[in-house]
Amino acid sequence: MNTEINIAGVTFKNPVTVGSGTFGSGMEYSEFVDLNRLGAVTTKGVANIPWPGNPTPRVTEVYGGMLNAIGLQNPGIDVFCERDLKFLEDYDTKVIVNVCGKSVQDYVDVVERLSDEKRVDLLEINVSCPNVKEGAIAFGQKADALFGITSELKKHAKQPIIMKLSPNVTDITEMARAAEAAGADALSLINTLTGMKIDINRRTFALANKTGGMSGPAIKPIAVRMVYQTAQAVKIPIIGMGGIATAEDAIEFILAGATGVSVGAANFVDPYATIKVIEGIEEYMKKYNVENITDLIGAVH
Amino acid sequence: MKKKSLATVISQKEIAPGIFDMWLKTDIAQDAGAGQFIGVFSPDKSTILPRPISICEVNKAEGALRLVYRIAGKGTAEFSKSVAGDTLEVLGVLGNGYNLEALQGKTVMLMGGGIGIPPMLELAKELFAQNEKLAAEGKDCCKSEIIIVVGYRDSQTFLKEDLEKYGRVVIASEDGSVGTKGNVMNAVAEEDLKADAICSCGPMPMLRAIKKYAEENSIPAYISLEEHMACGVGACLGCVVKTKEIDHHSHVNNARICTDGPVFLADDVEI
Repeated sequence: MNTEINIAGVTFKNPVTVGSGTFGSGMEYSEFVDLNRLGAVTTKGVANIPWPGNPTPRVTEVYGGMLNAIGLQNPGIDVFCERDLKFLEDYDTKVIVNVCGKSVQDYVDVVERLSDEKRVDLLEINVSCPNVKEGAIAFGQKADALFGITSELKKHAKQPIIMKLSPNVTDITEMARAAEAAGADALSLINTLTGMKIDINRRTFALANKTGGMSGPAIKPIAVRMVYQTAQAVKIPIIGMGGIATAEDAIEFILAGATGVSVGAANFVDPYATIKVIEGIEEYMKKYNVENITDLIGAVH
Repeated sequence: MKKKSLATVISQKEIAPGIFDMWLKTDIAQDAGAGQFIGVFSPDKSTILPRPISICEVNKAEGALRLVYRIAGKGTAEFSKSVAGDTLEVLGVLGNGYNLEALQGKTVMLMGGGIGIPPMLELAKELFAQNEKLAAEGKDCCKSEIIIVVGYRDSQTFLKEDLEKYGRVVIASEDGSVGTKGNVMNAVAEEDLKADAICSCGPMPMLRAIKKYAEENSIPAYISLEEHMACGVGACLGCVVKTKEIDHHSHVNNARICTDGPVFLADDVEI
């Protein structure tokens, strides 16, 4: 039985990684799970300089999931390289670094800074965070802007780049095609869906940012649909995410056309979720006599 | 070592309207101390995130934790229905508690407001035990004097008898039905209480007043903060508090309440 997958020339021992921002750099969750067992660790979005993020409340629960508006708080690329990447040196797993910025130049700075970092296997470009005023999603909602930033980053990046797409668009395939045409090596989807919650007792917004990104089990059917549509539209590999909490969820995404899968908000509900997904995928493969996990990619009919 | 595990409800009862007193049998009790908290998951899967609940009392010999909490929403309402023998998933032990050593030889005011009162019980108990130990070692000079100032809404003075076992209890109530009319700061003024250090947990306006009082009197105040949390383990950055200095971990003026706190030196945080 072979669970290995390949994304842009990088071989993962299994398809399972984590949603950026739900797992830090793995340090906090290393108390719960053996990071060596993950296909990859995808780190929290990092910018060229430290970002303070949004005011609190930043998180709130809703039926079927949660809303967050963290605002990409991060310690900046220098601390990230010295501390977080160094921490990950001790683990036998792939490292996907999620990169964010307010301007194209911000992204370029981070991508260049990471070009000599041996521990970085892939870059995931965050053009889809709905919670910051500048940058991020501004590059992810118009095909020409997405094409522009993707082609610019391809000039500077040493590692393969994954563009992380927003579901807050009219046609996800248009965005996926633009990224592919600009040279993206892979795609991640979906980021969170913009939502809102109102506290009716206080008559205030539940989040200080008013809106937040929705994640959790309720968004899964939307994500599966978008992964399927995107897989029909492009040839580059897809890392599927959005509400994955169990192996059954992960297999749905793979059958829809995802090569990799990410466990996101489910980490908060069960810190052992990633391992359970990995073990469950293996059980599924045994049960259905699947020799190679790659045989399942896009195998829905 | 933090973990998610199954705890068994030993007992649960409503001790004041909307306030529940639950004992849980769990081996994480061995690692628990005053000021720390655990995440409690609702048995109904309609809420998925752990609810952060402060630890009211630890019984290491029995491997048990006592939680006294107020129903704040759907999650707490759900697990308040659990009865003896039921199981609940818990995540813990979480956060950093109070530093007892720093309180040796001091007159300490433990100030709890409303549902911030429960963690004061374990703190009073541990300080009392520390005093007994120091006395046994002949170090009477290092004992702490314990004054417990608690603020209630009305005459529902939950945990009062438990607290009285460990120190002098001074009460304030919003409606004036018990003790000083007003809040804990009114009680401090009325009783002319003096202390070398404060440990506190309660609503934000109370903590702000304590921070100001501590600054004016040049004494340290250790305050326990709360915020909406998702992961509870320091990864999601959902529950932050503004800090005076650049935080060593975040490299911005934000500390994580769940892991860097929930207990902070009042002087270090902007509330």
